Amino acid sequence: MTAIDAFSGGQNTPDISSRPEAAEAPALSIDGVSHSYGVRQALIDIGFTVAPGSFTALLGLNGAGKSTLFSLITRLFGIQRGHIGIFGHDVAQAPGEALRLLGVVFQPRTLDLDLSVMQNLLYHAALHGIARRDARERSREVLARLGLADRAGSKVRDLSGGQMRRLEIARALLHRPRLLLLDEATVGLDVKARADILNHVRQLVTEQGISVLWATHLFDEIGSDDDLVVLHQGQVLAQGKVARVIADAGGSDINTAFMRLTGSTAPSGSPTS
Amino acid sequence: MTSAAISPVRSGFSFAEYLICLNGIVWREALRFLHQRERFISALVRPLVWLFIFAAGFRQVLGLSIIPPYETYILYEVYIAPGLMAMIQLFNGMQSSLSMVYDREMGNMRTLLVSPLPRWFLLSCKLLAGTAVSLLQVYAFLLIAWFWDIAPPPAGYLTVLPALVLSGLMLGALGMLISSGIKQLENFAGVMNFVIFPMFFASSALYPLWRILESSPMLYYVCLFNPFTHAVELIRFALYGQVNWTSLAIVGGCTIAFMVGAIYAYDPSRGLIRRGPAGGET
Repeated sequence: MTAIDAFSGGQNTPDISSRPEAAEAPALSIDGVSHSYGVRQALIDIGFTVAPGSFTALLGLNGAGKSTLFSLITRLFGIQRGHIGIFGHDVAQAPGEALRLLGVVFQPRTLDLDLSVMQNLLYHAALHGIARRDARERSREVLARLGLADRAGSKVRDLSGGQMRRLEIARALLHRPRLLLLDEATVGLDVKARADILNHVRQLVTEQGISVLWATHLFDEIGSDDDLVVLHQGQVLAQGKVARVIADAGGSDINTAFMRLTGSTAPSGSPTS
Repeated sequence: MTSAAISPVRSGFSFAEYLICLNGIVWREALRFLHQRERFISALVRPLVWLFIFAAGFRQVLGLSIIPPYETYILYEVYIAPGLMAMIQLFNGMQSSLSMVYDREMGNMRTLLVSPLPRWFLLSCKLLAGTAVSLLQVYAFLLIAWFWDIAPPPAGYLTVLPALVLSGLMLGALGMLISSGIKQLENFAGVMNFVIFPMFFASSALYPLWRILESSPMLYYVCLFNPFTHAVELIRFALYGQVNWTSLAIVGGCTIAFMVGAIYAYDPSRGLIRRGPAGGET
């Protein structure tokens, strides 16, 4: 299956429940999902898939519905309409299996500031039923991978913003997920910390085959080979390889393509590629 | 490495995984409690102020007749000790729910709720963890009270344990239920005024029910229908090796009702669905 095929859209997304083996299913399939807060419609019949082992950018301005979508995928909110599948496991029907395959970094920090780096990781491991000895080993592993090995005993409160984000990524990887969701993971970080985190995540895709859905409103975080989903005012406006989206929108780059698609200007301070 | 090399997902969870999860949540709650020394001290100071100052002052005013489970005349301090133990648990239950609101606002709650284990189990673990912390506080209070000549039978320290666990679960579940309906931390002050104080004062914690009946029959019925009254009585009787079956039934029933309510409220397809995203997110 090619990446373009993977972006088959909500209407044509295959029925995940009929798939015989989860390994053949997309890493993430969003099918006809709608969500409203009272009368305000946050997501309107959206659909897309993320291919296994791909880096997919979910591009949208603030208020586009990215965080709502993440809350639905992670089951923080109930799915009002549509289906969400993770490697073939329906989030509503088999949440345990689906969430086991999922690592997530939310937009707001979700670390316990009063605990140490290692204690935060051990707590997360316990929530996934990972025994203490194994959890310690895995923690050391992921901390080394994210360049935080020397901070294991530090209080989270004493870490920099970039280190906290890396710790959150380390934590998300602790239970060895196959799909990683990152919601505006670089918000509030300086240029170097942003680049470091993006590089780490891209390495996870290329070296370990982890599928990534990277929500952002920053154009310069999107690579030319990435898969792209443009979300605007709760609707998917475009999806496919970046080059295809640019060409279909008649833009010269991702910035102009986005503006053509949404009829809006780039977010202030948002770098362009 | 390709995605095919990653281990396939198992369905369901083993007993050991449930146990590890429970252990982890209790461990985290205990760590947080130990890190917050002020919380431990204030949890002890509150009932001790009631015991050393209020009870000492009212000892001469509030005469008590012999009522079960007591077999002789007792000092007022001895009478209010079970009420103060329940008060510790009441405040701890509300404190736990306060921390749940805080965790939700700060985002920490997501770590818990995104766990693949069933949500009812996660919330039950959280409840058990809060109860375990309240037990530490109650036994520390009993130790200090012992030096103040409030000494139940030695076996009472053991027989009261199941009663404390049950009342701790009930009050924790009530706190959890309340926390599910609170959107912002600032709203929690209302819980103090509308839940904690009425529950504590309209109960048998400070005065026996027969005295309340003498002064106000209406208040008597309010106290009678207050589950906190029955938590106090359950603890009072258990401290003397006896069981107040009515209180046991009411506290048990309320625990189940509050827990079911809290689990329902935290179910993503029900309670949380009505909430919008956290501030700044969409």
